[in-house]
Amino acid sequence: MMLANLLGLLNVDSFRHDIIQNVGVGIMTLSIFFASLALTYFRKWKWLFGEWLSSLDHKKIGVMYIIVAVLMLSKAGFDALLMRTQQSLSVGNNHGILASQHYQQIFSSHGTTMIFFAAMGLMFGIINLAVPILIGTRDVAFPWLNSVSFWLFVSGMILLNTSLAIGDFSGAGWLAYPPLSELQFSPTVGVDYWIWSLQIAGVGSLLSGINFIVTILMKRTKGMNLMKMPMFVWSVLGSMTLVVFAFPVLTATITLLYLDRLVGTHFFTSGGGGNPMMYVNLIWAWGHPEVYILILPAFGIFSEIVATFSKKKLFGYTSMVWAIWAIVILSFTVWLHHFFTMGAGADVNGFFGIMTMIIAIPTGVKIFNWLFTMFRGKITFSAPMIWFVGFILLFSIGGVAGVLLAVPPADFQLHNSLFLVAHFHSMIVSGVLFGYFAGIVYWFPKFSGIKLNERLGKIAAYLWILGFIVAFVPLYALGIMGATRRMDHYSPSMGWQPLFIVAGVGVLIIGLGLLTLVSQVLYSVYKHVENKDRTGDPYDGRTLEWSIPSPAPHYNFSILPIVKKTDDFWESKQEKRSRDLVYKDISMPKNSYIGLFLSSGAFALGFGAVWHILWLSIVGLLIILGSVIARTLTEDTEYTIPKEKLILDDIQFYGEGK
Amino acid sequence: MKLAKVLFLVSLPIIFIASIVLYVSHHNAQVFNTAGTIAKDEKSIILFSMFLSLFVLVPVYLMLIIFSVKYRESNKSSKYSPNFSHSKAVESVWWGIPTILIIILSVVTWRSSHQLDPYKMIDSNIKPINIQVVALDWKWLFIYPDKSIASVNSINIPINTPINFELTSDAPMNSFWVPQLSGQIYTMPGMSTKLSILSDKKGSYSGRSANISGKGFAGMLFSVNVVSNSEYNNWIKSTKSSTKVLNDRSYETLSKPTENVQPFTYSFVSADLYKNILGKYTLSDNNMSKVMGM
Repeated sequence: MMLANLLGLLNVDSFRHDIIQNVGVGIMTLSIFFASLALTYFRKWKWLFGEWLSSLDHKKIGVMYIIVAVLMLSKAGFDALLMRTQQSLSVGNNHGILASQHYQQIFSSHGTTMIFFAAMGLMFGIINLAVPILIGTRDVAFPWLNSVSFWLFVSGMILLNTSLAIGDFSGAGWLAYPPLSELQFSPTVGVDYWIWSLQIAGVGSLLSGINFIVTILMKRTKGMNLMKMPMFVWSVLGSMTLVVFAFPVLTATITLLYLDRLVGTHFFTSGGGGNPMMYVNLIWAWGHPEVYILILPAFGIFSEIVATFSKKKLFGYTSMVWAIWAIVILSFTVWLHHFFTMGAGADVNGFFGIMTMIIAIPTGVKIFNWLFTMFRGKITFSAPMIWFVGFILLFSIGGVAGVLLAVPPADFQLHNSLFLVAHFHSMIVSGVLFGYFAGIVYWFPKFSGIKLNERLGKIAAYLWILGFIVAFVPLYALGIMGATRRMDHYSPSMGWQPLFIVAGVGVLIIGLGLLTLVSQVLYSVYKHVENKDRTGDPYDGRTLEWSIPSPAPHYNFSILPIVKKTDDFWESKQEKRSRDLVYKDISMPKNSYIGLFLSSGAFALGFGAVWHILWLSIVGLLIILGSVIARTLTEDTEYTIPKEKLILDDIQFYGEGK
Repeated sequence: MKLAKVLFLVSLPIIFIASIVLYVSHHNAQVFNTAGTIAKDEKSIILFSMFLSLFVLVPVYLMLIIFSVKYRESNKSSKYSPNFSHSKAVESVWWGIPTILIIILSVVTWRSSHQLDPYKMIDSNIKPINIQVVALDWKWLFIYPDKSIASVNSINIPINTPINFELTSDAPMNSFWVPQLSGQIYTMPGMSTKLSILSDKKGSYSGRSANISGKGFAGMLFSVNVVSNSEYNNWIKSTKSSTKVLNDRSYETLSKPTENVQPFTYSFVSADLYKNILGKYTLSDNNMSKVMGM
């Protein structure tokens, strides 16, 4: 009895699963086991903890974000494959490979994982890698907070994946609309897992948002006023502003949902004075800006790439900045277009429809400006440019599909259909993911010192573009044929089956693309001697990151640059400007384990809250509180790098001449 | 890249998309294969927006292709102006074209939002038929209040007659969607939404729930049979003569979760059933004490 109390809702049944889940858990356990074995065999544990897990270096944190995100992308991609397999088989008398409830958990986890742990992870990874170097600084404003953000992200990710092994996951879709997500209709711990993994990762995102706003506003190098910032930095500033305004809404909303489930309040229940429509409004007040949080940095990345590979100034810089801020503000005025079908009336629907279309204007301007950057340029079609071309081709279609969906009567017919699913995947895959992949490939030499294999890079991009077309054009068609999202079974008379099979083949091609992308990195690292970037400036680049050695030293700049113009590095090359070599001692943040430790508390808090294990949640809270206090009391947080070391490093990379 | 190779690469997706379009046109593309006035108007709005979007897509694709070919590095004969980064004229066009398109579409949006407001009753000199719809776990209950009959997962309606639906849910949120007749509307517990349709083509049209509502969601299928007036009257008569009665007790049984329910009918429905289902969720004193356990 005592033990039962100590374990909350946990019992033996929480560990019983069907075969597919067991295989998943098996793969997860084996991967962790073999990774540990390898670390022990190569005696790398100390290296792992000392150099990486405790690191406050924004570049290492960025790399870790990207590794976690790619793992999550693969996992959620596997979910997609399971979904399409089910839908290809489950027709008429055949019921496929998955039970309905399991299928519903899979699409819920697919969406949640992709948005929060794949896309957000890649985004924060790239921001971490690039932003400080692009603005000419040695670190972010709050290096330790940055590691806390990262570890909260990891903690949320682990909690989400724990649901595969212990208990179950939410089957209420990636946004868990009540009343379905209320205790009455979802009595298991699934929705609580959803709530707490987002809660923990969401706080991490909010802290990152604050960190990067302060970094961009306060840590720019001398001479770089706002209108001289690279466009990527502008886009990140816009995106992080959205994070700071939107994420508290998410945190509050899912806290209320948790209270409904835990203590029986009636915020969103049907009946008892609750109102599910309130939840739908609130969740989209976060959810719509979230889309722009993800897409803006991708826009920024393409702005850098298209200018670099066209060897030309970005066209319409001022226009671009205005477009970003127009999008930031407008993105808070359109949330209702996610539920035109709720019956709000013609005036309300008409207003939000028009607001939604207005967002298309700044977005269209950006596309035209990129194209005009290519005009009278000297374009090399390197792998990042192939991603860019794919982005323009596919994102434009997704964009006009979005404008179409913004007309309420058109939305009545296409809402919740696979047409809608195809639309938002056009934005998130060919917009967001293509942008981030292009960014990783583009900046890879800078943080690793290794140039990536071009051939594999191009094949990967072509496979993704091809795979996207094969996977999602059938979904547009299926939407027109009346197929709704989230179905695990349908009648053969609908004529949908062939299209589902084709879409499944598309998922396989995308999977092949992901494998090629990963092997591009592995192969290039394997051949690192011949792929070494010896100049620090492999593309004849424009912005500050190319002015330093590759891989970027952990202090980024031996001498902080002084900026005179936009794209200052390019201009300084044109003017053959030389710089004063005045070296000074610098201080850098010391590594710290406290962020890692704090996130273990967050996990305990979350796990305890999911399973109603009160003592565990209290322990978790105490760990978090203790970590913050411990960090506050730590005074010795920095160390000094003497200027002699900086000079030595520079000579080693550039040779005596410079 | 050689021109032949580029053409080959470009033609692949075009052939793929064309074959998908061909496939769809030979099957029941429900959204476009309309059998009702509302669906027809919605279809024309979809097609108009698609047409309008060509004014963005075509220039974007053309510029992408032309600039990619003309200004590639290996083409030494093209002009190179590395500092051409600003032009008031060009940028005004960029802001101008999308603005004009959006203004046109905004007018369409505002007008059509009002014209095709699902709450607006359809003008007709034929007397409309009222049908109350209740989404249950996991089936649809249809009540004909004026005839005191009800049916599950299938309804018959007469051709060319306006139908006014009132919809609610006694389960999680669902969405009522018959693509060939009209766009969808949510059904929510404790709330009543409205939808008016008119069908001008006889036939049987499939409907489903478009919003996830739990385990049996995929099986929440129903059919709307559009029939002639005499067939409709006969159907009412035969329904009246069946034995099943829907009162509070049989409703209790019906509302328990069941999946893939085959259609059946009730010969009699108690008058206030829909009102009572709605009332379950409103905050009366009686309900409050139930909810709070007092």
